[in-house]
Amino acid sequence: MALLNLSSPHHHNLNRTSRLMMWVLLATLPGLAAQSYWFGFGTLINLVWASLLALAFEAAILRIRKRPIKPFLTDGSALVTAFLLALAIPPFSPWWLTLVAVLFAIVFAKHLYGGLGNNPFNPAMVGYALCLIAFPVAMTQWASIDQNLSFTQQWQWFWFEIAPNSSPSIDAWTQATPLDLMRHPKGLTLTELAASNPQVNQGLNASAWINAAYLIGGIALLSLRVFTWHAPVAMLISLGLCASLFHLGEPDLYPSASQHLLSGATMLAAFFIVTDPVTSATSRKGKLIFGAGVGLLVFIIRSFGAYPDAFAFAILLMNLAAPLIDTYTQPKAYGHPNQKRDNN
Amino acid sequence: MSKLWTFHGGVYPPENKHQSSDSVIVHMPLPKQLVLPMSQHIGTPAKAIVAVGERVLKGQLIAAAQGFISANIHAPSSGTVSAIEERTLPHPSALVGQCIIIDTDGQEQWIEHTGLDPAQLTNSELLDAIQKAGITGLGGAGFPSSVKLQPKADISTLIINAAECEPYITADDRLMREYAQQIVAGIELVQQLLGEPKCLIGIEDNKPAAIASLSQALEQRKLKHTHIEICVIPTKYPSGGEKQLIEILTGQQVPHGGIPAELGLVCQNIGTVKAIADAVLLGQPLISRITTVTGKAATQAGNYQVLIGTQISDLLDFAKVDLAKTSRLVMGGPMMGFTLLDSQVPVVKSTNCILAAAELELAPVADHHACIRCGLCELACPAELLPQQLFWFTKAEEFDKAQNHNLSDCIECGACAWVCPSQIPLVQYYRYAKGRVRVLQAETQLAEHARSRFETREQRLIDEKLAKEKKRKARATAATAAQAAKRAANPDAEDPIAAALARVNKQKQATSLSTTAPVAPVTTEEDPYKALKTAAAITRTKLKKTSKALADAQASQHEQVDSLQASVDALTLKANKAQAELKAYEDKLGLDPEQEKQLQLVAVKTNAAVRKLEKSLATAADAAAVEAEIVTAKALHSSAAQALENYQNQSAAKQQETQES
Repeated sequence: MALLNLSSPHHHNLNRTSRLMMWVLLATLPGLAAQSYWFGFGTLINLVWASLLALAFEAAILRIRKRPIKPFLTDGSALVTAFLLALAIPPFSPWWLTLVAVLFAIVFAKHLYGGLGNNPFNPAMVGYALCLIAFPVAMTQWASIDQNLSFTQQWQWFWFEIAPNSSPSIDAWTQATPLDLMRHPKGLTLTELAASNPQVNQGLNASAWINAAYLIGGIALLSLRVFTWHAPVAMLISLGLCASLFHLGEPDLYPSASQHLLSGATMLAAFFIVTDPVTSATSRKGKLIFGAGVGLLVFIIRSFGAYPDAFAFAILLMNLAAPLIDTYTQPKAYGHPNQKRDNN
Repeated sequence: MSKLWTFHGGVYPPENKHQSSDSVIVHMPLPKQLVLPMSQHIGTPAKAIVAVGERVLKGQLIAAAQGFISANIHAPSSGTVSAIEERTLPHPSALVGQCIIIDTDGQEQWIEHTGLDPAQLTNSELLDAIQKAGITGLGGAGFPSSVKLQPKADISTLIINAAECEPYITADDRLMREYAQQIVAGIELVQQLLGEPKCLIGIEDNKPAAIASLSQALEQRKLKHTHIEICVIPTKYPSGGEKQLIEILTGQQVPHGGIPAELGLVCQNIGTVKAIADAVLLGQPLISRITTVTGKAATQAGNYQVLIGTQISDLLDFAKVDLAKTSRLVMGGPMMGFTLLDSQVPVVKSTNCILAAAELELAPVADHHACIRCGLCELACPAELLPQQLFWFTKAEEFDKAQNHNLSDCIECGACAWVCPSQIPLVQYYRYAKGRVRVLQAETQLAEHARSRFETREQRLIDEKLAKEKKRKARATAATAAQAAKRAANPDAEDPIAAALARVNKQKQATSLSTTAPVAPVTTEEDPYKALKTAAAITRTKLKKTSKALADAQASQHEQVDSLQASVDALTLKANKAQAELKAYEDKLGLDPEQEKQLQLVAVKTNAAVRKLEKSLATAADAAAVEAEIVTAKALHSSAAQALENYQNQSAAKQQETQES
């Protein structure tokens, strides 16, 4: 047998990127289940559609870029992008909305920057932000909890935008998210708002369940060491702190920390998007800063911005800052002076 | 038991030690031939002191250390030196190097040697014994031990590295189990040498038998020594790295760019202290070592007492390694070892393991994927670097950034590549980057050197010019003085030049009273020799040009042929005349331009010879000889330059005389 000539190390723990991605996909399942339970099949239909599109676009662009198709298609990164997009956009989005989002995410945000590992922005968030700006109405029509639409009705809406006969107006089965409602209290205090509009508490309840489900998935990934705790924990703490501070000052105007942490896409973002290693800061200290920055921006945009949820913009802004953070947070190497060492 | 610390990162590769750890050390029979590379250590290669055909005895010094960081090499068995030639070395790049080849005679005849009584020895005698025995670090790096054992600082702790953290390797494990007494004796010697510091032996907890054996040996010596302590450390790769072990045992980090001695620490491999004991107490130099042969292709995996210089192929035969089944032959462990493409290389002092891996025993060759900065490498890196950033910088050839991210602190342990989910051969990237950095630094240095050389040359040329100018001025002053003296001797004689000038000035004033700018008086005297030369040259050039025009005109049947022919004829006459005038002048003065040319040529040639020698001085092996040559060449040059100058002075004087007359 001819002897191999290789550089050390000669052994490997046989871990694979595709395995990491698979864990991420699996960890989204509790959240997916909760979301489907509260808002119907829309998310699921979107998820399948987005996955197919993502794989198709990935294969096409790889072919155009003359890159090997199979290894990249099987690394699972396109699927992760598709999953995140499908989970983030409203359940009753029509097919073309998903298509635009996925197209932008895979082709523009990922491959035009050089493909996996080279993209400065989180692809899913680029797709999401694009749609939010281009189709603000479609992107803010969140499913109402008590819509009771059958799978067929949702299917028809998804492909042909045919509204069910029972409720011809889309307003009947969509509603504003509790975050949106609380941002425009129409002169009421938050307590009065909740008392006058049952949708607020309903919505908060549903999103608390969904966020809890994502939290479970996130903790599973943490325990599997798919990522470290730094970025998500920093993000949650910074968001919680900002919310508490304002809530304590003006409880009538600002929702509490728990309402912030358990509504909107907080947990999805904390454990599945902020942790995207490609586009976040590198060192542990950098990840802390990155996460804290996202939390702060989310609070600012949620409270004072024009959009109901803020993750896409907060994350894209911090993606921009990541290289700068890396420059200033290079950890102390072995044997180098200054800075206190933590003997972890 | 002392407090233990930990180091950042680390990985847990499968240990694979049981294949070779359970069988006792087997002495390999004497091979027919031994190949001893002159460079088995870090530092200057040793120099052969035996001749081809010479008979050598076991333990005889055959190659002497060169300089401070170097090591002696001894004959591992008796026999005849059959060749001193270049052979392939056990090296990642399969480099060749000078080797002494000994055909063994089977008699194993020892050179006269005796052990020493350490109680009677001074430190320098002890150090001398270790240095003479050619002992180098047996853990892998192969640093000459005698250098490490004469630290400049006071040593408070001696650290014995018995971690053996690389998978598969069990040479130190077996050594501790079977030679614990000798090891303790060796430690005591090193302690004596370093001023009795306390000693910490770091052993990974996956070697309980070795720990028990060492404890027992220490127990027996307890009355004598109480300050040797066994520190059982958790099994984690690379805890056997010197810096990592130091951190585990002392909680301190060796400063960047520094050595352990700065912290009052000296680290020695456990095999090395055993070799020290053999060298001092038995008088036996380092001529054999224990090498693990393991891997699925090795039918008799185990540990072998092997003579240094034994061909790997002989060792593999003895351990019944099936080369047909071997897909990768690794010298060292699977994490840091390097592949051999040829088993015709010798076992050297640092060869701790030969891993004959069957196919699929080690990770298969895989195409690597894109880096997603997952950060697993960062979590694994014991040097606390950002391996993913180093990778990106290397890929982009941004070596300054890589250096800024402490590329040089990478110990190439392979932990990052072990965990990389994209299977990127990270260590290979870092080695490449380190190599490029070295090349770039060398280039910068070279450029710097060239610059300073250029500047020196410029300065020298300027100095020479100034010196010439000074001489010329001196000559001019002398000439003026001579003239003045002449005039003084004959005061009545009117200076013809001054008179002429006065006439010219008068005329000028008369003709142009209104003109403002006075014309500078013509003071330069035309050098007649030079004028003649110029005239001759000008006419020659004109003739040449016109001849060429004529030839062109003839070729193109131009109508001007006739007129051109006429001017060529006229110019030929003129040129001949100018040449004749020049010749006449030269003859009159006895000048010889050919001779001057010759002298100039000689001066230039000798000068070039001096420069060339000076240049070769930097790389010359025998500097003294070259310097002597330079002195001779310089003397030649100065005499040539003198001759030229004399000639020039003479002709100048002659010309002046003619002019004056």
